[in-house]
Amino acid sequence: MRPLTEEETRVMFEKIAKYIGENLQLLVDRPDGTYCFRLHNDRVYYVSEKILKLAANISGDKLVSLGTCFGKFTKTHKFRLHITALDYLAPYAKYKVWIKPGAEQSFLYGNHVLKSGLGRITENTCQYQGVVVYSMADVPLGTHILLRYKRPETGNSFANSSQVQLKKKSAYTLENILPGKIWPS
Amino acid sequence: MGRKLDPAKEKRGPGRKARKQKGAETEVARFLPAAGDESSKRLSSRARKRAAKRRLGSAEALEMPKFPGAKPFPGKLPKGVSGGAVQTPGKKGAQSLLRASQGKKRPAPTHSSEEEEEEDDSEEDDVVNQGGLWDSEDSDADMIDDYGADSTSEDDDEGEELLPIERAARKQKAQEAVAGSQWSEEETEEEEEEAEEESPESGPQKNDETDGGLQINVDEEEPFVLPSAGEMEQDAQTPDLQRIHKRIQDIVAVLRDFGTQREEGRSRSEYLHRLQKDLATYYSYGDFLLGKLMDLFPLSELVEFLEANEVPRPITLRTNTLKTRRRDLAQALINRGVNLDPLGKWSKTGLVVYDSSVPIGATPEYLAGHYMLQGASSMLPVMALAPQEHERILDMCCAPGGKTSYIAQLMKNTGVILANDANAERLKSVVGNLHRLGVTNTIISHYDGRQFPKVVGGFDRVLLDAPCSGTGVISKDPAVKTNKDEKDILRCAHLQKELLLSAIDSVNATSKTGGYLVYCTCSIMVEENEWVVDYALKKRNVRLVPTGLDFGQEGFTRFRERRFHPTLRSTRRFYPHTHNMDGFFIAKFKKFSNSIPQSQTGNSAASTPTNLDLPEVKDQMTPKPKGSSHPAKKARVAVKAKQQLQKRQHPKKASFQKQNGISKGTDSSLPTVSCDTKSQASSKLQDSSQPAQKAEVIRGPKVPRKLKQQSAMPQASKKVGFRKQNASRGTDTEVPVLSLSKTQAALKPEDCDQPLGNSKRAEKVKQQLPEQPFKKAAFRKHNGTPKGPETSTVSLLSSSRPPPAKRRKSQSRGSSHLSS
Repeated sequence: MRPLTEEETRVMFEKIAKYIGENLQLLVDRPDGTYCFRLHNDRVYYVSEKILKLAANISGDKLVSLGTCFGKFTKTHKFRLHITALDYLAPYAKYKVWIKPGAEQSFLYGNHVLKSGLGRITENTCQYQGVVVYSMADVPLGTHILLRYKRPETGNSFANSSQVQLKKKSAYTLENILPGKIWPS
Repeated sequence: MGRKLDPAKEKRGPGRKARKQKGAETEVARFLPAAGDESSKRLSSRARKRAAKRRLGSAEALEMPKFPGAKPFPGKLPKGVSGGAVQTPGKKGAQSLLRASQGKKRPAPTHSSEEEEEEDDSEEDDVVNQGGLWDSEDSDADMIDDYGADSTSEDDDEGEELLPIERAARKQKAQEAVAGSQWSEEETEEEEEEAEEESPESGPQKNDETDGGLQINVDEEEPFVLPSAGEMEQDAQTPDLQRIHKRIQDIVAVLRDFGTQREEGRSRSEYLHRLQKDLATYYSYGDFLLGKLMDLFPLSELVEFLEANEVPRPITLRTNTLKTRRRDLAQALINRGVNLDPLGKWSKTGLVVYDSSVPIGATPEYLAGHYMLQGASSMLPVMALAPQEHERILDMCCAPGGKTSYIAQLMKNTGVILANDANAERLKSVVGNLHRLGVTNTIISHYDGRQFPKVVGGFDRVLLDAPCSGTGVISKDPAVKTNKDEKDILRCAHLQKELLLSAIDSVNATSKTGGYLVYCTCSIMVEENEWVVDYALKKRNVRLVPTGLDFGQEGFTRFRERRFHPTLRSTRRFYPHTHNMDGFFIAKFKKFSNSIPQSQTGNSAASTPTNLDLPEVKDQMTPKPKGSSHPAKKARVAVKAKQQLQKRQHPKKASFQKQNGISKGTDSSLPTVSCDTKSQASSKLQDSSQPAQKAEVIRGPKVPRKLKQQSAMPQASKKVGFRKQNASRGTDTEVPVLSLSKTQAALKPEDCDQPLGNSKRAEKVKQQLPEQPFKKAAFRKHNGTPKGPETSTVSLLSSSRPPPAKRRKSQSRGSSHLSS
């Protein structure tokens, strides 16, 4: 377990910033203590300092996990954000998308969401913007990239696009558990 | 087809047709043998008819006029006696004749069928027209072909009343009977062997006569007969589960009232042995496990327990209060089509699922971490542990993470939890579950639980869900029935003891809010539960406290030849058949001291073997009351350190050793030490640089400060003189006489309780002085009498020993200080 290097920190923050923008500082300085990121076996863990102290006693090969796993660095040192980070990103998300109950299941099973499934969306969301997806009950479901399918538009591109796709980025979906199962929605 | 069936229509007239109109049952009742005459299989309807017919036999003619148009009561027709009930004592005689001839009687089933017949005796009126249902069949008898049956091959009793197909079937049966004649011969043999053979027959007959008009709903009790070896062999080859089940019930009934119901000449153990074999066969258990269960449960509970293990427990889930509330979750799941209910008064977060139209482990709520599938009994140890916020908790065997997450939600994600498991594969599930449920205050590690206090200790609370034999969760894993052996249970118990001791050592007794440990297993074996807990009580400074669970059976304080500590009554046992949850055992400890009591065997192992004084000292230690256990233990700790020191110094200073022994003896005799041995040792170390003060240092931890000062004697050339001086001062530590001090201590344990019995000591010391020379020699042999703190040993030698010794002492003392 070690702190992140400069390079790694930069890469990771860039990724996170896609979803929560400049609210990054809020992640580190929280009201209930200081939190920090630690790297262990290529995974980035987000822990409070109290936990960190105890975890320091555990030898590296015996440590499996601590706090919350935010994501991991791939072999080529790109950072992949995990679904487990959702709880921390959701409160600070800059762009949010709410999807209708009907599309919720389909989304959870790993399918893309069409524009028809969107309930609400934050204004001024550009194309390829990282968004956090919520259900209508404000339950965060995942993080995504907003794609636009048809012709690019100017200004409020969203309203004019005929088909909008939300590319799912969440890893833990029902699809992974029950491939091919269709649920009654 | 054919005639319309009109049950209400009165059937009248003599002759074959009219008889037929009563129904096939009446026809066949004449010919049906007593139930059970047929093969061991359950009788088919045809077979029953035939049996009934055979039974009716010639008596049918008598019965006909008795049954004018009575209403049919098809519902009352008992199984195994089709249409049968037209019976009289005379018929019974015929039946018994039949039985004897066919030689296929089974006492128990026969009995039951006869009883049923008796019941029907009283319902003669009702039974008459049961045959009405079979009207249509009988009418077609003449028109249907023969099915190849040759009427000549059949018994004369049956005559021409049977349908052709019935004749054919009976013929086939006869052929089978011939084939199985060997089998039946065994039975006839066995019948002849058993003296009580006749009683089942005679019994019902008598009952017949006495109960002529009485309606009885309860089976008559009939002396149950243990089968002989022949039948047991046969059972081994072709177990007839129904028969075995019946026999189980019979044996349990006999044993319940053994005095009156026993068979002559058969002991209780034979019945029990038979029952064990039958239960093992019926429920597919290994003999070992079933023997253990028979020791554990009374017989009635045993059968219930075994039955409960065949059925899975209801699915339960626990709401994750970090993310939702039970009410909201229940609502959401009901909307998805799950039928559920709150778990019980004792749980605020549990829900029990009766049935569900969607897979309960794959709902969006599950994925969002709103609940966790967890057995009801697994929620109990965490409720007993009662973790508070901002505490440090250790979960030693955490996989798959249900209990850990429950702890986290009770702590509201504050504090720190260290979740550990020895199995790397199962740790992955822990990681997944904890992340899914949103637990953020947990560190997950992969240690063997026994390494624990060394890696990190000082936890406020510890939960140990020890790996066990799994005899409480047989319904989840039926393989446990057969693959558990004596060795497995003992191996589990050994591992559990080690883990429990490590867990106890990881708890910080001086924690402000904690100091508790919960030990739980999903097993019902006493070897893994009460025995392990009792072992821990003996080995460590812990005591049992109430778990806080107000239901559940109390743990055993004695079991067969073992006796456990009475506080074991505060532990709890749960069973599948009484609480409808997996078998479980929960014990809650409170640690009241961080010191580890040194076992006496451990000390002797460290020292040289032949130490006469040691046993005395040990004896002195043992009588000490519990209250003084603290100081005693501390003394022992110090003693151990002293041992090391002594060992190192042994080759150099015999006198030193001698004095060590002496002082050790005295020190050990001082029970009431309020101050820490170690601290005193360390303080003495500091002082050791000055020879003059060494004596003071060596006094030992138990010596009050003032005494120490007094004992800071100048170097005495003569040890005796030195000792005398000490004695005169009345210092307790400075008892020059080597073994005498120890013997003194041993002989007068009450002195131990008087920390400042200086005067006494002084007297004793004086008494002992003359014996000193003698003892000295003897004492020198004894190297490691590490009963006193090591510092005391150093004291006397300080005057005579060069500085290097001191250094060594300090080192050893330092090390011993660290180690202790």
